[in-house]
Amino acid sequence: MSEHEYKPKSKVGQWFNDRLPLLTLANHLTDYPTPKNLNYWWTFGGILTFCLITQIITGLTLAMHYIAHADMAFESVEHIMRDVNYGWLIRYIHANGASMFFLAVYIHIFRSLFYGSYKSPREIIWILGIIIYLLMMAAAFMGYVLPWGQMSFWGATVITNLFSAIPLVGEGIVTWLWGGYSVDNPTLTRFFTLHYLIPFLILGLVVLHIWALHVPGNNNPVGIDIKKPSKDTVPFHPYIVIKDGFALLMFMIVFAFFVFYSPNILGHADNYIEANPMVTPAHIVPEWYLLPFYAILRSVPDKLLGVVAMLSAILILAVLPWLDTSKIRSAVFRPLYRQFYWILVADVLILGYVGAMPAEGLYLLIARVATAYYFLHFLVILPVLGFKEKTIPIPLSITEPVLGGNPNLAMAKQKESKIE
Amino acid sequence: MSEKKTKRRDFLFTATTAVGAVGAAAVVWPMIDQMNPDASVKALASTEVDVSSLNPGNTITVLWRGKPVFIRRRTQDEIDEARSVKMEDLIHPEKDEDRAKNPEWLVMLGVCTHLGCVPLNDKGDYNGWFCPCHGSHYDTSGRIRKGPAPWNMEIPKYEFVNANTIKIG
Repeated sequence: MSEHEYKPKSKVGQWFNDRLPLLTLANHLTDYPTPKNLNYWWTFGGILTFCLITQIITGLTLAMHYIAHADMAFESVEHIMRDVNYGWLIRYIHANGASMFFLAVYIHIFRSLFYGSYKSPREIIWILGIIIYLLMMAAAFMGYVLPWGQMSFWGATVITNLFSAIPLVGEGIVTWLWGGYSVDNPTLTRFFTLHYLIPFLILGLVVLHIWALHVPGNNNPVGIDIKKPSKDTVPFHPYIVIKDGFALLMFMIVFAFFVFYSPNILGHADNYIEANPMVTPAHIVPEWYLLPFYAILRSVPDKLLGVVAMLSAILILAVLPWLDTSKIRSAVFRPLYRQFYWILVADVLILGYVGAMPAEGLYLLIARVATAYYFLHFLVILPVLGFKEKTIPIPLSITEPVLGGNPNLAMAKQKESKIE
Repeated sequence: MSEKKTKRRDFLFTATTAVGAVGAAAVVWPMIDQMNPDASVKALASTEVDVSSLNPGNTITVLWRGKPVFIRRRTQDEIDEARSVKMEDLIHPEKDEDRAKNPEWLVMLGVCTHLGCVPLNDKGDYNGWFCPCHGSHYDTSGRIRKGPAPWNMEIPKYEFVNANTIKIG
């Protein structure tokens, strides 16, 4: 931020800005030079900010009516649904908002994977993003426990029991997490506290995420470094604001469809049965956004190794900038990576599907193959591809392929010389 | 000037840091320990169960410390089956004689040792229990035979107060 370049027009503004340069910050955000070729896959950052704010506002209002006690939680949620004015609306927005949040974050992550946005000099942005993603999963999991239905209770039991896989201290850690010898009231109250806290941690990390983004500036579909500001950039306002706004409206249509027409389709009917520590539901499944990792957990026949595999599947993303050895960012110029990228997308979707199915027979076999491939992609294919792949020449600027009519540098040069 | 003449300062610095670290740890520990089971949770240590109505082949499930406990009155077939298994066939070798002191009565925590679900009665490949969550099979002694669970279902501390009453805990 170049504090000294911007001067507010009004005297009051100058007086204030000299003491707290908020107007300089606002000016930086509106003038922020953005690559002019950003496509709609780049609008999910704004959409995610919207999701976070929505969850915080609806969460705060729900907390005014919810009671975090094992004997009353289930009833208080029903009270919200039936008695509280617009309680049903607020709760359905909050519950489906979690799914929408994850939908947007997965698109955001896979956009990064396609266009190589995690590569130098954007590693810190990427790692902050992975931490945000981990916190989102923690918040979503604890939020799902709060209604104290059967899925809440048994989901909490299974997930907290993952820690019992740790040798020696595992059982002690689980007892400590529970505050008892099973998931019970102490567990519920602490989950409520943490569920309340985590969104604000995420908010802080989002500020850092955006701050780190504004140092090198946005990556772009061509994936090249650009001069800022230049012919290749447009100011954030109004160009990106309008584009983000339009995409957000489209997203909200999908969001509203779920809230108003099928508010329970992404949930599980068993969660409308109050928690019962004596009976496990016949078929426990986590929410859809955790299914790929659940499939990885179940595909390993050993308890500790299953947990290790599941955690590695997430944490491997944090070291991705160093696993991908290719200097070229955008998959547009990486013909082989582009194919492996889509195989990975399919692999994750398959893992998600088998994660929802019983862990036996053919499903288990598919889950094992897909798990193996997932790790193969990151640990073998990506590092090797960087050395072996013959990439397409990248253009020198965003404008060049447009003017030259071809992203291929040599051909663009040829055309230019012909014109001359 | 490059000589190390700052020994006294080094000592003060190290000593201050050490005392600070101990002080911080002393403050952090109560914050961590408050999450452990409190006195009221620990107070619910034992439960007495009347088992007089149980016929051979029946199981009742009771809640002890928030966890289900299976009390099964086993049939002679089940006892024979449990006692005839060779130790080398077991994932977690334990003799049935050690798990059920009184062979007719099997008292164990109804908690799958994989991830804590409640296994289903009279199900699975070994005529014992089957966990619906991730497919662990237990035999008629509650020992793990197949699936991801690492250990046999746990035997809690229990005793017969009289012929019809079991005290768990």
